[in-house]
Amino acid sequence: VGMRVLVGVKRVVDYAVKVRVRPDKTGVITEGVQHSMNPFDEIALEEAVKLKEKKSATEVVAFSMGGPKCQEVLRTALAKGADKAIHVEIPDADASKLEPLHVARALRKIIENDKFDAVFLGKQAIDDDANQTGSLLAGMLDWPQALYASKVEPDGKSLKVTREIDGGLDTIKVTLPAILSADLRLNEPRYATLPNIMKAKKKPLEKKTAKDLGIDLTPQTKVVEVSEPPVRQAGGFVDDVPTLIAKLKEKGFIKA
Amino acid sequence: KMRLSVASLFRASRQLNNVVNGKWTTTHYTIKDRSKDPRWAEVDMTRVADEYDVVIVGGGPGGLSAAIRLRQLAEAAGKECRVCVVEKAAELGAHTLSGAVIETRALDELFPNWSELGAPVHQKVTAESIAILTEKGRIPVPIVPGVPLANHGNYIVRLGHLVKWLGEKAEEAGVEIYPGYAGAEVLYNEDGSVKGIATNDVGIAKDGSPKDSFERGMELHAKCTIFAEGCRGHLSKQVMNKFDLKEHEMSYGIGIKELWQIDPAKHRPGYIEHTMGWPLTSTQYGGSFLYHIESDGLPLVSIGFVNALDYTNPYMNPYQEFQKYKTHPSIAKQLVGGKRLGYGARALNEGGYQTVPKLSFPGGCLIGCAAGLLNVAKLKGTHNAMKSGMVAAETIFPDLEANTTVTPSGYQPALDQTYVMKELKACRNIRPSFNSSLGLYGALAYSGLFYVIGRGKEPWTLQHGKPDNEKLLPKESCQPIDYPKPDGKLTFDLLTSVSLTGTNHEENQPAHLTLKDDSVPVDINLAKYDGPEARFCPAGVYEFVPSESGSGQRLQINAQNCIHCKTCDIKDPTQNINWVSPQGGEGPKYNGM
Repeated sequence: VGMRVLVGVKRVVDYAVKVRVRPDKTGVITEGVQHSMNPFDEIALEEAVKLKEKKSATEVVAFSMGGPKCQEVLRTALAKGADKAIHVEIPDADASKLEPLHVARALRKIIENDKFDAVFLGKQAIDDDANQTGSLLAGMLDWPQALYASKVEPDGKSLKVTREIDGGLDTIKVTLPAILSADLRLNEPRYATLPNIMKAKKKPLEKKTAKDLGIDLTPQTKVVEVSEPPVRQAGGFVDDVPTLIAKLKEKGFIKA
Repeated sequence: KMRLSVASLFRASRQLNNVVNGKWTTTHYTIKDRSKDPRWAEVDMTRVADEYDVVIVGGGPGGLSAAIRLRQLAEAAGKECRVCVVEKAAELGAHTLSGAVIETRALDELFPNWSELGAPVHQKVTAESIAILTEKGRIPVPIVPGVPLANHGNYIVRLGHLVKWLGEKAEEAGVEIYPGYAGAEVLYNEDGSVKGIATNDVGIAKDGSPKDSFERGMELHAKCTIFAEGCRGHLSKQVMNKFDLKEHEMSYGIGIKELWQIDPAKHRPGYIEHTMGWPLTSTQYGGSFLYHIESDGLPLVSIGFVNALDYTNPYMNPYQEFQKYKTHPSIAKQLVGGKRLGYGARALNEGGYQTVPKLSFPGGCLIGCAAGLLNVAKLKGTHNAMKSGMVAAETIFPDLEANTTVTPSGYQPALDQTYVMKELKACRNIRPSFNSSLGLYGALAYSGLFYVIGRGKEPWTLQHGKPDNEKLLPKESCQPIDYPKPDGKLTFDLLTSVSLTGTNHEENQPAHLTLKDDSVPVDINLAKYDGPEARFCPAGVYEFVPSESGSGQRLQINAQNCIHCKTCDIKDPTQNINWVSPQGGEGPKYNGM
């Protein structure tokens, strides 16, 4: 046993920042705004590093695709226990047009050249909430997928994964190699300590381009407009139950 | 007075609650010593250490200028020099908040070609006005040469962006910068000199016990440690006490600021104005700033209000004073039709020359606002912070040759020869001249005569009197102040404002607003002063809520809201609140504030 795990980490706008829509409505303003590692990716990374510490995994490789600043997120991943990092760099200007399909293609190429036993991803990125990369990759590679994992147990050449689904919990067994996506309750990520941040500078970080991998980055979708949610209308107060019923009837929520 | 045993804390901790027996309980290890705590008995407390020539606490304009200057000197001399900057914010600039109109004289010295290098300093001041506001009116104050708020030739900047740029230059120059790590502890050599600092521990639960993820901070040892934490830095506070550096208590104000995008038709890039008077009374020091800046093509306005913290009325609410000021006709007309983008607050130094402490001590020194170098009459501190950082670097560098702890004794004498101390000395009596019963009018008369005309050469030095926190009067002597309700267009409620700061702190950690005595908030602050902390905090951290133990109220500390302004540490009447650093990487996420 001894898996090699590839972990996808995405650089996203920090969850605590209040985003604003661009004046031209093409997206949200990201310049000068604080970014950090997608929280679900932190959980995915933590699970991979935990498996390494339990000797079920032998190597954890962090992967990120995007503009030059992705390196910051990869350094953090190295500080949190990844052994190596791969950065598929694309120009900043094109970064906003990157889609899960492109990322899945890149991951596939990397896996074709380098044997991995598992790919761990966060279940979705907090900027696009797409939740697509893992499934697309599983389809491309014809690998089993275990999504929304809240518990992972190695089982010989398989993984026993408990998943969070609408109805409750679902436990499945997937044979390796497999795709896994991490949900919130899988673990509590460790902190990147300062000594580890310093050591991370010496860990290998490999750079590739889309051209190196021979993948097509043509956008499949086009963002037509991004706008702020409508201002919430103030609710009204009613004095008693009969008035409430009358109002509900008035608004057509209950039959008159 | 109830004594809490560790055992009773442990029982209560199962609720992971800071409230024990209906009272807010401080669990931070700086108050509840871990060496006596059985929960910590088995925990390995050793720390990894690294050695530097100079460690700088704080990645603001001062700290970064000191770092850059050290590396410039090392480069020129062909010498090795390991310089490290630690910064508690997750990114440089995230905790930076200022007006700001800066004099570029320090930047000119550090990078003469800063414009070619792309420094985000573009907006020259094109027009200015100073006025005294009345409830509906405006009395202009003539701007003659020598008036401290005259700003011809200066630049309006978004200081957070300038700090970010300085950070990039520092890294290019070979400075090691670690954002996301707070200086949490000062380390001392056996001879009592400063050995360096330790960064914050992580993974401590709300009740003070170690979590599975607990990790010790790291020790950064240095021949010389520069404290560049800004106004009321918490480690600076410690070294000032340890080495007895203060001769006079420092005096402060709170600056609250918003960033607005206004109607382009109303935008006058480069126009600045400062006002005094309404809504403050004539004996309450403070005033506003309003700067029109074009930033990335957007018509932005930086608007803010400074409220001196030596106020006497515990019902004073600096946040509400600021909201009220915006409703003045001459101000509202600029903002109407605009949109608020940002909000934040920070304490600032008002004490000036009289309150600058001794700046050097064995193993370290204070620079910038940590040293109290802000010129409140001009409302400028950035150029002084940067220059003091550079002077500190220049006096420390030659002494780094020897492999021993450096005491930068040449730093303060060198600083005295520069414009930093000369301008502070000339302005020294302006702020205290306000403290007579003539208030604002006395100050204007004094400043007009002795500063504008006399150039600050009068031989006497006025003092500030008691420290700010001691000036608060009991509630019986004071009237509550009626503040208007927010309208949601020009004025806003506090919590909506706080959400704009992007601040957050991990919930499951001890509150970093620590109380030396948990009984004081109710027994003194509430009983005698009607809970002023619920009014002076610009982030809604402090609230008095009904106590779970049945009778009366208790303090509730919403540490997650904290925006690291330090006002509570300054104004708590008995100095019971001690602000310490939370985990690194937390706090506000200002963008170009």
